[in-house]
Amino acid sequence: MTTGRHLNKVKPSVVDALEPLFDGASVMVGGFGLCGNAEALIAGVVERGVKDLHLISNNAGNMGKGLAAWLRAGVVGRITCTYLGNNEDLHAAMREGKIRIDVIPQGTFVERMRAAGAGIPAFYTPTGVGTVVAEGKETRTFGDREYVLEEALHADFALIRCKQADPFGNARFWRTARNFSPIMATAAKTTILEADALVELGALDPDDVHLPGIFVHRVVEVTEHEDPFEYRTVRQKETA
Amino acid sequence: MSWGKQDMAKRAAAEIAPGSIVNLGIGLPTLVADYLPDDGSVWFHSENGLLGMGPFPYEGDEDPQLINAGKQTVTVVPGGSIFDSATSFAMIRGGHVDLAVLGAMQVAMTGDLANWSIPGGKTMGIGGAMDLASGAKRILVLTRHTTKEGEPKLLERCDFPLTALGCVDRVITELGVFDVTGDGFRVVELAEGVALEEVREKTGAPLTE
Repeated sequence: MTTGRHLNKVKPSVVDALEPLFDGASVMVGGFGLCGNAEALIAGVVERGVKDLHLISNNAGNMGKGLAAWLRAGVVGRITCTYLGNNEDLHAAMREGKIRIDVIPQGTFVERMRAAGAGIPAFYTPTGVGTVVAEGKETRTFGDREYVLEEALHADFALIRCKQADPFGNARFWRTARNFSPIMATAAKTTILEADALVELGALDPDDVHLPGIFVHRVVEVTEHEDPFEYRTVRQKETA
Repeated sequence: MSWGKQDMAKRAAAEIAPGSIVNLGIGLPTLVADYLPDDGSVWFHSENGLLGMGPFPYEGDEDPQLINAGKQTVTVVPGGSIFDSATSFAMIRGGHVDLAVLGAMQVAMTGDLANWSIPGGKTMGIGGAMDLASGAKRILVLTRHTTKEGEPKLLERCDFPLTALGCVDRVITELGVFDVTGDGFRVVELAEGVALEEVREKTGAPLTE
């Protein structure tokens, strides 16, 4: 595969892709629940056996799957998330109280990462004003409305998944599997991308790139995924 | 008599004007979609990154990577679009969503909403609730009038952790339709066979006609 003048970021295996990971690292992991999870990278972190990670993820897994494996394996020392829902592993972690869990509004969660990626140290938002979310934070009035100051959220790593990527790390996502991933990529020092398919440089039309490769540092192709359904809801075909 | 869940959803659907961009919260609010005209005049936004959400897929067409914010498999209508979470929340926080229909644990007469955590109970988390409550142009709450234990949910002041201050415009319960006035709730409509006295007994704030 030709990479032209670009650095070839493709790693031969998940183990190689995860090589720079270290104990105590902050790690953003893409996905809305189990939708869009970098399944092989998530499993690879458990196999690697690191500890005390600060996991930054919307749900931290569900139904014992996805990032629930990190909770069970004890690789996590702290979690920043937005929703627990039916994630019993996360509820259990919260009850046990051994690890710090910050639950924050989803829009603030993603905007803090967007800010980090765009070089913005903090921003004001009305979300959370008058609630526990604003406790201890600076507030300010603009016009006739009160806003709370939220700080950028950076991470050492982002582990994300896409449908197609080229060796420079240009990526295209599939359906709602995109969610937080392209934003996390901008906010992390090292973004590791798990691609369902690796394509040649130039194969992606530049207008169709969802995440430009500048934000991606390591790429690994993983062709097999479980992609579990969380709630498989269907309707019956109307009969004539 | 009072309204059932389906009646409540139907009544909520009547609040939605053609051309609206609507976000339906998890649970009871999702039923509202079933009572809207199937003519593409209302667009559904799902905060996980989808505008133009369609009904559940036909069996065999479901894709685990095409879901709504409740993590149910869904479809996209013609003209729909998919985007990242930052864009999705710019739609919400930037005031581009016309209406959010949300569930509630408590609603105050000032419009304060509590819908994410019960003290001492299981915390489901915040998700997009705080952003929707403070960002959508209009907030319609769809909830039972009282808790399972019979405690009023429409109150002078919420004592559960708040989602947002002064955000709720209108509340639909099994007993009727109520507007937040600041110093009480105004009865817009009562469900068939429901007497004002019953509503008064089950409401923890002044009620006006």
